[in-house]
Amino acid sequence: MASSTPASATSYDAAEIVADVPAAATSSLWRDAWRRLLHNKLAVAGGITVVMLCLVAIFANVLAPQSYTKANFGAIYQFPSREYPLGTDQLGRDVLSRLIYGARVSMLVGLGSQVIVLLIGVPLGAVAGYVGGRTDILMTRFIDVMYAFPRLLFVILVMSMLGAGLINIFIALGLTGWVGIARQTRAQVLTLKEKEFVEGARALGARGWRVLSRHILPSALTPIVVSITFGIPEAIFTEAALSFIGVGINPPTPSWGQMVGENQQFLRSYWYLCVFPSIAIAITMLSFTFFGDGVRDALDPKMK
Amino acid sequence: MLQFTLQRLLWLIPTLLAMALVTFLVMHATPGSPLDPVAEGANPLSPEAQKNLAAAYGLDKPLWEQFLIFVTKALHGDFGQSFVYKTRTVTEILRDTFPVSLLLGTMALAVAVAGGVTLGVLAAVYQNKSWDYLSVSVATLGVSVPNFVLAVFLIVLFSFVLPIFPTGGWGEPKDWVLPTITLALGPMGIIARFTRSSMVEVIRSDYIRTARAKGLAERPVILKHVLKNACIPVVTLLGPLFAAVGTGSFFVESIFRVPGMGRFFVLSMTGRDYPMIMAVILLYGVFLAFMNLAVDLLYGFIDPRIRY
Repeated sequence: MASSTPASATSYDAAEIVADVPAAATSSLWRDAWRRLLHNKLAVAGGITVVMLCLVAIFANVLAPQSYTKANFGAIYQFPSREYPLGTDQLGRDVLSRLIYGARVSMLVGLGSQVIVLLIGVPLGAVAGYVGGRTDILMTRFIDVMYAFPRLLFVILVMSMLGAGLINIFIALGLTGWVGIARQTRAQVLTLKEKEFVEGARALGARGWRVLSRHILPSALTPIVVSITFGIPEAIFTEAALSFIGVGINPPTPSWGQMVGENQQFLRSYWYLCVFPSIAIAITMLSFTFFGDGVRDALDPKMK
Repeated sequence: MLQFTLQRLLWLIPTLLAMALVTFLVMHATPGSPLDPVAEGANPLSPEAQKNLAAAYGLDKPLWEQFLIFVTKALHGDFGQSFVYKTRTVTEILRDTFPVSLLLGTMALAVAVAGGVTLGVLAAVYQNKSWDYLSVSVATLGVSVPNFVLAVFLIVLFSFVLPIFPTGGWGEPKDWVLPTITLALGPMGIIARFTRSSMVEVIRSDYIRTARAKGLAERPVILKHVLKNACIPVVTLLGPLFAAVGTGSFFVESIFRVPGMGRFFVLSMTGRDYPMIMAVILLYGVFLAFMNLAVDLLYGFIDPRIRY
C-alpha cells in the first residue's frame, strides 16, 4: 500500500507530474480506508487473529512442545491430558504439535498462492483489457471456458494427476486462481483506459507500458486488493479440502484438512482427532473472512 | 427470447468441447497412466500385459484419435467402460448415483434459498440490531467454514451430544437431515449476505419512501415492494450456487456415507479412470450450463425491464 505514495517530483518530465495526481488521490484513499478498517471491531479481531496465526506458523518449531513426526507407539490414541493437551493420534504423535505445524501449511498456501495468482492474473488481465482487439477476444474466451469448470473439481483433477505435494498445490492453485483476478483487472482497465486522466497522460507523451503501470493499475488496485483478501481463505479452504480427500499435502507433513480427513471415520471413538483441527480451520477461515469483509467495506464504504 | 435460448444452447457445444479438451489434455499431459498399479509400491504389470490392456482400452492410439473416438462415442451417449469398476459402464454408474446427488443437492438448495432469504430479510429490516448480528454471524459461518468442518461439528452436536440424527447412511428421510443442512449452510450464507445488501440498497430508494409516504404499513412495504426488487440480483446467484452445491457434495457424501456421485468421482480421479473423469466433468458442465440458462430466463421473467 505504501507503494502508492506520490513520488516527489524529482524528474520534471510532464508525464511524471500527471502521474502524481491519481497517485495522491489513492494515498488518501488508503489512509481513509485504514481509519475505517480500525473502526470495524470484527475486522480488527480477524486481523489480529490472522497475525497471530502467522506468528504461530513462523515460530512453529519454537512453540510446538514435541516433534510432529515422532511416533510413540506406547501412547497411541491418548485422550487429551496434561502431557498431551490435545491428545495423540494413531501413531502416538502429539496432536497439538501437529496442529501448530499445520498452521505453516495453511498460511504458506494462503499467502503464497495469492502471490502466484497476482503475478499471472494481473498482467494477463491488464494486457487483455489494454490491448483489446483479437488478444482480448481470445483471452476472454479462454477465461470463459475456465469459468465453466467448477473450480474445485478442476483443482482436484489437476492434483490427482500431478500427485500430492506442496509444490503441486501451488501449481494447481496458480493454474485455476488467476482467472478471477484477470477478469477483474481486465474490467477495471477497460473502464479506466477511457478516463480523462489516462488520456491526459497519453497526450503528454506517456505510452503503452508506462500508462498501464503508472496510471491505470494504481487506480485499479482497490478491487484487486479485495479479491486477494478473499483469495487467501479460498486457497486455505482448497488446500484443506484437497488434503481431506488425500490429494493435498503428503504425510508426514501435517495439514489440518488431512487430519480431519484421516480421522473422520473414527469420529465416534476419538472425537478430539477431528474436532481440534476442525476448530483450527474454522477459526482461520472466519478470521480471514471478517478481515476481508472489513477491508472491502473500508475500501468501498458505499457497500455498508 | 427463443433466439437467445437457441444462441445459448449453440454456445454450449464449443464450451463443452473445450472443457473436454482441457480435461483430456490435463489427464494425458501429466505423468502416470491408468495401467500403473493402484497400490503403492506394487510391481508393475508385465510390458506385454500393459500392451494388451492399452490396446483393449484404445490407449495405444495417437492422442488426437483417442479424443475423436471419445467425442464420437459420447455423442451417442456411450462413455465407455470404467477403468476402476471394470464390470460396469460409466453410464450405469452415473445412472445409479446421479439421482442421489441430485436429490441431496436440490434439498440443500431449497433449504439454502428459504433460510438465506429469511436471514437476509431479517438482517436488513433490523439493520444493526441483534437480529442483524445473529443472521450475519450465521451467514459468515456458513460462507467461510468448509462443509466438511461443519459436518464434524453437526455430527458431534446432533449425533453424539444430542442423539437425534444418525451419523450417516441414506435409507430413510431422517438420514437426509444432517447432510442436507451441512450442504445448505454455505450457499445459505452466500444468499443471506447478498439478500441483506440488496435489501438495504432497495430500502433506501425513493419508491420505497413513496410507498411509506402514501401510508402503506411496514409489512407490505417490505414483503411486496422491497423483497420483490431485492430478489432480482439474488436470482443470478443461483447458477454459481448449483456449482457450489455440486462440488461440495463430494465431501458431504463421503462423510455421511451417501451413495452419490461424489465417492466415485474422487476414486476415479485418483485411479486415473479416464472415461469416468470425462463423463463426470462433462455432466457437471452440461448441468451448470442448463442451470445458468434457466436462471437467465427466470431473470427476464422476474424483471420485465430485462429484454433479450
